[in-house]
Amino acid sequence: MGDDAKLPLDSWHRAQGARMVGFAGYEMPIQYDGIMAEHLWTREAAGLFDVSHMGQIIVSGSGAAEALETVLPGEIQKLGVERMRYSLLLAPDGGIVDDLMVTRLAYADPASCGRAEDEAAPEDCEYFYLVVNGATKHGDLAYMRETLPDHIHIHHMEDRALIALQGPKAGAALARLVPETDSLYFMQAGGFTWRSDAGDVGLWASRSGYTGEDGFEISVAAEHVEALAAALAADDTVKPVGLGARDSLRLEAGLPLYGHDIDTKTTPVEADLGFALSKRRREARNFPGAAKILAQRETGPDRLRVGLLVEGRQPVREGATVVDDAGAAIGQVTSGGFSPTLQQPIAMAYVPADLAQPGTEIALQQRGKPFTGTVTPMPFVPQNYHRPSKSMAKA
Amino acid sequence: MARYFTEEHEWIDVDGDHATIGITDYAQEQLGDIVFVEVPESGSMLEQGGEAAVVESVKAASDVYAPVSGEVTEGNDALADEPALVNSSPEEEGWFFRMTLTDASQLEGLMDAKAYKAFVDSL
Repeated sequence: MGDDAKLPLDSWHRAQGARMVGFAGYEMPIQYDGIMAEHLWTREAAGLFDVSHMGQIIVSGSGAAEALETVLPGEIQKLGVERMRYSLLLAPDGGIVDDLMVTRLAYADPASCGRAEDEAAPEDCEYFYLVVNGATKHGDLAYMRETLPDHIHIHHMEDRALIALQGPKAGAALARLVPETDSLYFMQAGGFTWRSDAGDVGLWASRSGYTGEDGFEISVAAEHVEALAAALAADDTVKPVGLGARDSLRLEAGLPLYGHDIDTKTTPVEADLGFALSKRRREARNFPGAAKILAQRETGPDRLRVGLLVEGRQPVREGATVVDDAGAAIGQVTSGGFSPTLQQPIAMAYVPADLAQPGTEIALQQRGKPFTGTVTPMPFVPQNYHRPSKSMAKA
Repeated sequence: MARYFTEEHEWIDVDGDHATIGITDYAQEQLGDIVFVEVPESGSMLEQGGEAAVVESVKAASDVYAPVSGEVTEGNDALADEPALVNSSPEEEGWFFRMTLTDASQLEGLMDAKAYKAFVDSL
């Protein structure tokens, strides 16, 4: 832990009683009250997470969307202003370099499009905000700088912190500080002003997250993040939540963890992330690894990422093997743990495609001991996102 | 009856040649929420330092080692249904197993409560 860097909220975490661990090159809170309590609190109220280790990157310039499409398989050109989507940074062979969120901003930086600061930006001047994984951000930046055209600006915003507020009470809690954020629906984002006691603070908030719950990710200048965290945590419905529960929450939500469930040796089709391959892009066959990925999509991959409900109470963990009748390894568990919501062990695993149907029994082996899993559709726990249709039905 | 402790954070209550073994409050605190415990079956023979039980928290799996050699006489069946007993009562109701001692001299290398407290404070 001695070599790990400190994040802007470091002393705040310690004051909240966090247990700190090294993660992605930073000292980060693994838990405060306990993983189980923090997990269940997030499912019923609101959890406050520090995710400042993640990379916040601006990609801007004339034709930035088209440039991003050379490394992402999603529809970026038609992405609306202040709309976001999940995408994958792909290697030339179709392997996954990272998974990320990309948002189009209304703002266009004239300087990044060859104009003076006080001039109007040209029509094709575009500005995107990316959030990438902490452990992979430097590699992502190097890959994009090498791959995207030279006139595209790539800026790593190292002076900004990122916090997430997640849970069914997150919307109300954030609206008590910044009422305008209530107008956002799932996968929408915008700039807001928090009128704090110490003065106005600019925030960039998106209605998204990594728990399967409604909630926000909030980007703020590092110098203001402690005041914002304290103001949010002062709400009775909000408690700080560490990395431990962040992992168990995302596992229940069926969301892959980069470096574990997906990596450069997995493709989007094998990872069951085909939704990230937009229709126009599939037809144009013009993203990295398109030939291989689309062939897999058409003929079916050899293996697939699936969810497993595991019999008994003992969890299977990353590294456990999927075995055939003869005990030979035919796949592997990439994430596993005890689900606090379901009160039983759950896992994600890569299995041969003919064993990927829901209801299929999967034989597992961990430290010489047999386990049985059943393929189950993910998410394991229903999503609770704030979508327009739902709230209109309520109104 | 005397209580001994190991550097692996087990406690062992010794009464004649009978012993009860569990993990310490410090150990359960470090492990966090315990969701599964596998205790040895009665009749199994344990070697000092060998794997005796498995304890899994939400976070990770850990082995519990036999602090002394001997024969298991009873596992704590209550832990199968309520593994969280190890969190709520680690040094009483959350005991793991009972055993007979093969060699009482093995106790000589273990710590008493005072020495264990000093050991934990040094971590």
